[in-house]
Amino acid sequence: MNWSAIWAIYTFEMTRFFRTISQSLISPVISTSLYFVVFGAAIGSRIDEVEGVQYGAFIVPGLIMLTVMTQSISAASFGIYFPKFIGTIYEVLSAPMSFLEIVMGYVGAAATKALFIGVIILITSFFFVDIQIAHPLAMAAFLVLTCVSFALFGFIIGIWAGNFEQLQMVPLLIVTPLVFLGGSFYSVSMLPPVWQTISMFNPVVYLISGFRWAFFGVADVPIALSLLAIGGFSGVCLATVWWIFKSGWRIRQ
Amino acid sequence: MPTILSIKDLRKTYDSGFEALKSVSLDIEEGEIIALLGPNGAGKTTLISTICGITMPTSGTVTVAGHDTIKDYRAARSLIGLVPQEIALEPFGRVMSTVRFSRGLFGKPRDDAAVADILKRLSLWDKRDNQIHELSGGMKRRVLIAKALAHEPRILFLDEPTAGVDVELRKDMWAIVEKLRADGVTTILTTHYIEEAEAIADRVGVIANGEILLVEDKDKLMVRMGQKQLDVQLSAQLKHIPQALTKYDLDLKDEGWTLVYRYDTKAERTGITQLLTDVSSAGLQLRDVVTRQSSLEDIFVSLVHKDAEDAA
Ligand SMILES: Nc1ncnc2c1ncn2[C@@H]1O[C@H](COP(=O)(O)OP(=O)(O)O)[C@@H](O)[C@H]1O
Ligand SMILES: [Mg+2]
Repeated sequence: MNWSAIWAIYTFEMTRFFRTISQSLISPVISTSLYFVVFGAAIGSRIDEVEGVQYGAFIVPGLIMLTVMTQSISAASFGIYFPKFIGTIYEVLSAPMSFLEIVMGYVGAAATKALFIGVIILITSFFFVDIQIAHPLAMAAFLVLTCVSFALFGFIIGIWAGNFEQLQMVPLLIVTPLVFLGGSFYSVSMLPPVWQTISMFNPVVYLISGFRWAFFGVADVPIALSLLAIGGFSGVCLATVWWIFKSGWRIRQ
Repeated sequence: MPTILSIKDLRKTYDSGFEALKSVSLDIEEGEIIALLGPNGAGKTTLISTICGITMPTSGTVTVAGHDTIKDYRAARSLIGLVPQEIALEPFGRVMSTVRFSRGLFGKPRDDAAVADILKRLSLWDKRDNQIHELSGGMKRRVLIAKALAHEPRILFLDEPTAGVDVELRKDMWAIVEKLRADGVTTILTTHYIEEAEAIADRVGVIANGEILLVEDKDKLMVRMGQKQLDVQLSAQLKHIPQALTKYDLDLKDEGWTLVYRYDTKAERTGITQLLTDVSSAGLQLRDVVTRQSSLEDIFVSLVHKDAEDAA
């Protein structure tokens, strides 16, 4: 293992993150606060409770997931797209590194950034609502797994993207809708039966449900299914990344 | 000297179907400076990229100190430093940390003294805390060289190192290459400037259309191909070469004021006497006659020319 190379990429990426730390943090914190005001206070005052949880608290796991997923994707996709775009990728490709080490550096950094932001949002939410975390370890594990698997997904997008529009297209057109329809702000059981069935094809439902279970002990789907979903998603992403490096697709012609 | 880099039957066809390297074979000895001379599009960058792991070869093998660049890429790549043709640097990185990053990428433990030494040799020490985007083009190129040297490579690739570079950097660069040679480092540079190959290289390889046309010691090449050139300066301008002189392979230059004749110094007859007789019987007045040794450029032009004719 070329640990020194992984560390070099990781710290390089984190330096970029901390150079723009205020931008990196301010926008998710502000938008989360807005969600609390709009969904938690305005709508929540009429909804009262969902599955025995205060609505304001109920949306916290979904909000964190929403932010963490989009941040992992954008951090990782930008992290690998940028060196491709400005040409500095040559150095990584010519270094004595395996594909796994390159991925560990970039994806590790992107996941760390997202985790950082996720934790900040959790802390912010303490200012708005009263939450108790039922299974803190499971919560942390879910959070980290989500950061890593979506960073892997973002890495793939960054390699695939041929321009900045494409870089933003997938998160905007696919991920955001899936997350919104994934039960971030409601319980799937509140939907009409047809939509409940359709929701079961949305992988994000399993993630949010599992994450919410870690907070409140209630879930839309069995926790084992949630674990399977996140494990399966990570596996597919990892296999895709492996194939990318094996074939040189879009990076090593 | 043992062979440090061995290229065998290397081919590269890009996804577009373009065949950029057509069976290149080349052995490079440890400690030598070799210049790969070729026009734009010859395949110089492709050759370097394929050796360094930036593109995948279509077939063939490359070994670096006995390590296959694909099967044993870690050992092979650890020995190589690459200065790319295009300036590619993260604009907001700082000089020192950028060079430190390169050292880390190649698996070397952090060593600020070694990095400082490289920066000083490249006159970058004063700029160590500057962001890259604050530097001039020449300074950026120095940073690229510093990055390539950061892990103390045994082989250094310089891809068109002096294209658009000021005299001072060029001098510094050659001083560094000389110093590296003293430490036993092998340097492979590409160029389409003949003077560069002439000035610095021990051997010269000529590459065109994805093929290495010849590789030879620079001095031997100059002697073997030793042509001389006779410039016949005229007192009247010519529009084209007179019919009587078409049997000579003459060129017209200086807008028709000079006839150029190339001849082999080692040939039994140079043909000069006959040419000059024919020139005056064609009614041309001579103003002056100048001979000069042909440069690598002439050799190069004639080789590429011949290659194009063979292909046709
Ligand atoms: N990625 C690529 N895809 C297709 N053709 C390429 C690619 N890169 C280079 N080429 C072609 O390969 C040839 C050799 O290019 P290159 O190695 O850059 O030449 P040089 O460095 O000698 O100028 C050129 O004709 C170029 O157009
Ligand atoms: Mg080139």
